[in-house]
Amino acid sequence: MAAAGANISKPGSGIYAGSGVALMLPSWLIIGLFLLIPVLLMLVYSFLTKEFRGGVIWEFSLDAYDQFFFYRGLFGDEPPVLEWTYIGIFWRSIWQAGAATIFCLIIGFPTAWFIATRSGANKSVWLFLITIPYWVNLLIRTISMKFLIRDTGPLNEWLMWIGVISEPIHMINTNFAVQLGLFYSYLPFMVLPIYASVERYNFALSEAAADLYASRWETLRLIILPAVKPGVIAGCILVFVPSLGAFLAPDLLGGAKTFMIGSLIEEQFKGNAGNWPFGAAASMILLSMVLVALGYYARQQNREA
Amino acid sequence: MASRKLDLRYFPGFRPLTFLCLFLLYAPLIIVMVYSFNDSISITKWGGLSLRWYHEVFFGPEAPKFQTAAFNSLTIALIAATLATAIATSAATAMIRAGNFKGRSFGFVLINLPIMVPEIVTAVATLIFFSAIGFTTGYLTIVIAHTVFCIPFAYLPIAARMQSIDNTYEQAALDLYATKFAAFKLVLLPLMAPGIFSGFLLAFIISLDDFIITNFVKGAGIETLPTAIFGSVKRGIQPNIMAISTLLLVVSVVFVTLSYLVGRTGEKSK
Repeated sequence: MAAAGANISKPGSGIYAGSGVALMLPSWLIIGLFLLIPVLLMLVYSFLTKEFRGGVIWEFSLDAYDQFFFYRGLFGDEPPVLEWTYIGIFWRSIWQAGAATIFCLIIGFPTAWFIATRSGANKSVWLFLITIPYWVNLLIRTISMKFLIRDTGPLNEWLMWIGVISEPIHMINTNFAVQLGLFYSYLPFMVLPIYASVERYNFALSEAAADLYASRWETLRLIILPAVKPGVIAGCILVFVPSLGAFLAPDLLGGAKTFMIGSLIEEQFKGNAGNWPFGAAASMILLSMVLVALGYYARQQNREA
Repeated sequence: MASRKLDLRYFPGFRPLTFLCLFLLYAPLIIVMVYSFNDSISITKWGGLSLRWYHEVFFGPEAPKFQTAAFNSLTIALIAATLATAIATSAATAMIRAGNFKGRSFGFVLINLPIMVPEIVTAVATLIFFSAIGFTTGYLTIVIAHTVFCIPFAYLPIAARMQSIDNTYEQAALDLYATKFAAFKLVLLPLMAPGIFSGFLLAFIISLDDFIITNFVKGAGIETLPTAIFGSVKRGIQPNIMAISTLLLVVSVVFVTLSYLVGRTGEKSK
């Protein structure tokens, strides 16, 4: 899958030339009406006045963004100072997503390389093994992780049984647990695009490097990594972007101290906060960050092409 | 592997890391599967093998709730995946077989929009949209939202397959005075079958998988399997949840295997 794994294909021969617009129409209508217009409407909502407990009043207001960035005292009459609560939540989301990306890369790159360099039938079996968890329900995978690392869960029981620890380690509701959840959720997303890149890698390059007395690791750093860079970047985007807006991992594995963007937004609509314009504004800020990441990706891809 | 020193594909440590990767991916799932057969009220103490939690899932007090949720999930996935597959097939034909036309690049961006926008943002936007036009949230809103985000997933394998099919077959049909529609229906579609099938399966799984968007647009009183499970887990992980999880896991594995096998026959017949 991929935010971007797919590049626009060159227009092929025009057997059905002339019917292009008609054939595209259903997708334009459905996605345009039920996604593009809603996103634009969300932008509008972020500039409206909040209605108490959900909904909006159609009056222009910058309150949502003001609440996000500034604190004006309990009664709103003090001079504005920077409000760190929400910036802090976004910052935590960014570093959690960034850390998950790095950990996924550390495990995912060698895995992708190893699988891509297997021969014939073996390769598809390995690939199949990596794909299965990718298709298992994300909620179920997150619940499995929660079950595993609970204070009285199998991991702690086992560690106590082999005698490494005498007291259960408290993992649930910590940043560590959220990190583990994100890493676990999106690890296959890192492996698949890197695998696709390594598949296309021309090993004659490695041979040439070896002939010129490059060591194994020099070859990896100077020849292989630059050659498979598009796959690495695609993998990083595929892990970073969903991690940034993740809801399940921080909600089920984390607590109040590990709040991330996804939970903040959810709370505005489904939870007790009920501030729709603020939720819309937070969503717009998240969306802009994602578009910046995707824009960077597109620029990299174009440079390669 | 006669001499690792000369094998340019070999890097020390990559094999153990691969095993570690698979271990990390599978360990939690396998543990939940094992514990779903645990004959103990306490979910962490082992009390021997038993199928009691499976019995509980199908006949226990919560059974009707989960059965309704499962029925909703399956029918929604079926409808959304079918619609998305049809729309994606049409769009792929336009992108790959209709030459250049106005709006082609924009169309491509639009098709991929659902995977570019973070799920939580899609969820918020869709909820706002339905509330603004005064649409009551419920079964229909879930179907619409699922159809939208399933389109790009159905599109990927369908477009990939279409690109790999040479258009000479359709050309031949046209030369023999077939109409364009007949060439499409009688020549291209049968050749496309494996790609369309894997596109459908992908969309189906993605729809079954979704939690966050469904949670936003479902409205009160309707649950899909993920939202029902989530609600239940919020009150603590019960053993019957592990049994349901195991069942869902098996369904996913069956689907992926099916898609894998179909994809392979498709490759062979190429």
